[in-house]
Amino acid sequence: MTARPGLEDLLRELAPQVLGVLIRRFGDFGSAEDAVQEALLAAALHWPAEGRPDNPRGWLIQAAVRRMTDQLRSDQARRRREGAAAFAEPPAPDVTGRDDTLVLLFMCCHPALTAASAIALTLRAVGGLTTAEIANAFLVPEATMAQRISRAKQRIRDSGVPFTMPEGDERAQRLRSVLQVLYLVFNEGYTSSIGADLHRTELSGEAIRLARMLHAMLPGDGEVAGLLALMLLTDARRPARTGAGGELIPLAEQDRTLWDRRLIAEGVAVITGALAIGVVGEYQVQALIAAVHDDAARVEDTDWPQILALYGLLERMTGNPMVALNRAIAAAMIHGPAAGLKLLDPLDGPLAGHYRLDAVRAHLYEMAGDVPAAVAHYRAAAGRTTSVPEQQYLTTQAARLQAAAAQPDP
Amino acid sequence: MTKFLLLQNYAGTAVCDLPMTDWAPGDIKAHIDFQMALNAELASNGELVEAQGLAGPELAKFVTFDGEGAPVVTDGPFPESKELLAGYRMVDVESEARAVEIAAKASAAPGPGGVPIQQPIEVRQVMGAPSGDL
Repeated sequence: MTARPGLEDLLRELAPQVLGVLIRRFGDFGSAEDAVQEALLAAALHWPAEGRPDNPRGWLIQAAVRRMTDQLRSDQARRRREGAAAFAEPPAPDVTGRDDTLVLLFMCCHPALTAASAIALTLRAVGGLTTAEIANAFLVPEATMAQRISRAKQRIRDSGVPFTMPEGDERAQRLRSVLQVLYLVFNEGYTSSIGADLHRTELSGEAIRLARMLHAMLPGDGEVAGLLALMLLTDARRPARTGAGGELIPLAEQDRTLWDRRLIAEGVAVITGALAIGVVGEYQVQALIAAVHDDAARVEDTDWPQILALYGLLERMTGNPMVALNRAIAAAMIHGPAAGLKLLDPLDGPLAGHYRLDAVRAHLYEMAGDVPAAVAHYRAAAGRTTSVPEQQYLTTQAARLQAAAAQPDP
Repeated sequence: MTKFLLLQNYAGTAVCDLPMTDWAPGDIKAHIDFQMALNAELASNGELVEAQGLAGPELAKFVTFDGEGAPVVTDGPFPESKELLAGYRMVDVESEARAVEIAAKASAAPGPGGVPIQQPIEVRQVMGAPSGDL
């Protein structure tokens, strides 16, 4: 698409609103979505030459409705089915476009969908990405992604979810699913932002855009703010995470002058605002931990006691053994490697065979000066990781220690 | 254009039988840089379809099933783990000769001391559409 950036932003903001109107009127997610895509394409073609209409949202709705009607006329069987459905449903109260976007987001993150389907559908219907763009980001053929999206829409249709905002407990539960989907999209982009998969980082940007939108719609929700802050504070470190050869650089060795101060400032402002709301959740605590790291100009300035306390809080909230693993690192930074290693012992069960446990043990044995144990655990971690940059990093760590042990300093 | 799969396993070679964790760190970096440069070159030629490294033999499983009851899933470690696939490149090239040329380049990836490692590369043509009526 060759639309100018300003136009593309506008179209992507309006897309879910227009889709919401069509779903409400016609009741069919699948064909509504196709009609909206065609209307967006028409806008991208005509507006630059003919000028932007006074009411872009109205223009798009009209164009999409026209296409939808044409499609219904041309398909007899479909017209009978969906015409009936449109009459059968009571007319929904009129709501603003922003509310429609939110309802659509809640619908795309429905618990009947697998995480992979919810992600694909959210990026397509709410994010306004093309199927080709989503396929490219997840490194699967376009036909595969098209099918994944199509099955997700079918599933939503079959589950009979009404196009309305869920209430009460269900609303809270669906919001959790929404946050999880956005966090997964962010991580998919962030963790692959090294080496050969660099173009996938667009996913992180898209997750941040959607989280910003959600935060604007639900400014009073602390966890929405927490997730947005966590993304901003994590993404700020991206420029320092990769070396010249595409290799992974761990937090302790990053050039902190490369961190994005603007994103850090924004993230800190968002999390500070969230804490004023009062109810502290997991994303807020994770954002606070990221903020403490980002606040240290040098690694030795890191406020480890604060990080230790926050991981303790997070572990009590979640019971997640990966959090316990991070807590052990913080403890080692304050009380020494032996204290950290001791905290790892109870994790042998829940994290059996997980490379991260070996990697942390290796690091702590190295801190303790036990080279043979460190080498053995780096090797074990390298053998079990499923990430190429991590495998290269861990292999190099083992080799570096071996080489240093073979040639002791004079 | 024809697609070929270039496969390599974990077997040591006549030149190098050391696991990579025992190489000098600089040699590991040179090896990785070489592989990335080769992928970038193939991509810029319009010849690279896909290049993937596989997670280690520690995570490998063998699955057999007779169609009834539960499948048999065998976890490692496996005695013949050196024969397991370590990674592959799929290329789409003009000729088999070009595929062999790429395989040769991959085989000469630098090992310890920068000496070409001489890794055997298995070159397999991907079957495609019939060339005409039989």
